[in-house]
Amino acid sequence: MRQNKLIEKITNDQLRTDIPDFRAGDTVRVHARVVEGTRERIQLFEGVVIKRHGSGISETYTVRKISNGVGVERTFPLHTPRVAAIDVVRQGRVRRAKLYYLRNLHGKAARIPERRRG
Amino acid sequence: MTTKGILGKKVGMTQVFTENGELVPVTVVEVQPNVVLQVKTVENDGYEAIQLGVDDKREVLTNKPAQGHAAKAKTTPKRFIREIRNVELGDYTVGDEVKADIFAAGDAVDVTGITKGHGYQGNIHKDGQRRGPMAHGSRYHRRPGSLGAIINRVFKGKKLPGRMGNHQRTMQNLQVVRADVENNVLLIKGNVPGVNKSFVTIKTSVKSK
Repeated sequence: MRQNKLIEKITNDQLRTDIPDFRAGDTVRVHARVVEGTRERIQLFEGVVIKRHGSGISETYTVRKISNGVGVERTFPLHTPRVAAIDVVRQGRVRRAKLYYLRNLHGKAARIPERRRG
Repeated sequence: MTTKGILGKKVGMTQVFTENGELVPVTVVEVQPNVVLQVKTVENDGYEAIQLGVDDKREVLTNKPAQGHAAKAKTTPKRFIREIRNVELGDYTVGDEVKADIFAAGDAVDVTGITKGHGYQGNIHKDGQRRGPMAHGSRYHRRPGSLGAIINRVFKGKKLPGRMGNHQRTMQNLQVVRADVENNVLLIKGNVPGVNKSFVTIKTSVKSK
């Protein structure tokens, strides 16, 4: 969607430029900043990106992982300052933009083949 | 307490991050410098107010009275003109400009606008009534219900289908997230009445102490 010029101008300075290029199907490691009382620490969340949603400052991505046999999904705003860094661990080859079908699969069936770089 | 007020144009909604990383939904209101078109005093008009105007109109769209009125403030005729009551009259003279910096981040404001028009709607959409059962031969699905006792008229205020929206409404106690004089923009937390590009009046909240 075409965005209003004025809105773009207001939000531009909050956009992060250090975000690596990743898309649905990639495996990423998200360094989330967690505040516990007064202390701040980094919590890692590693999993498959199942979607990227929205545009501009409102853009979000959802990471899915299997934790103790339970599927866990976390949605992060792409430009949030509460994420210290995003590492792309692996690039996956998928044929959809939204990988909701992974929710119904587990084990071997939920694997994603690796994509050739470039 | 005296009121401060400014007129603006709703641009749309977006999000901004606060310093501690919280994501806040905001409405962007473009507030081009307002011009004080008239200062109303008790002696002259019977009450105190300032009249603000915003958004230039082409001369061909205006009539002589509007041009004359604007000429007194040495400006061009304005599209949106509203009065602000209960202001500190000494602060304003005719022709002054009012900019976004009369508000600061954290101020509580009331925003008045014309809500989106929804056209002719039934009770379920318009008044939030519930529908009857769709099946089991009920034959009573989305109707407004009983019109009351038989007294040969319907009680005033009975909820019936009709035009929905397009009313003047005020959202109270909204928070100013940012006042940006450079871009002539106010960011207001949450939503404000009206469609994008509609005019709104922003005043100090009646609830702020």
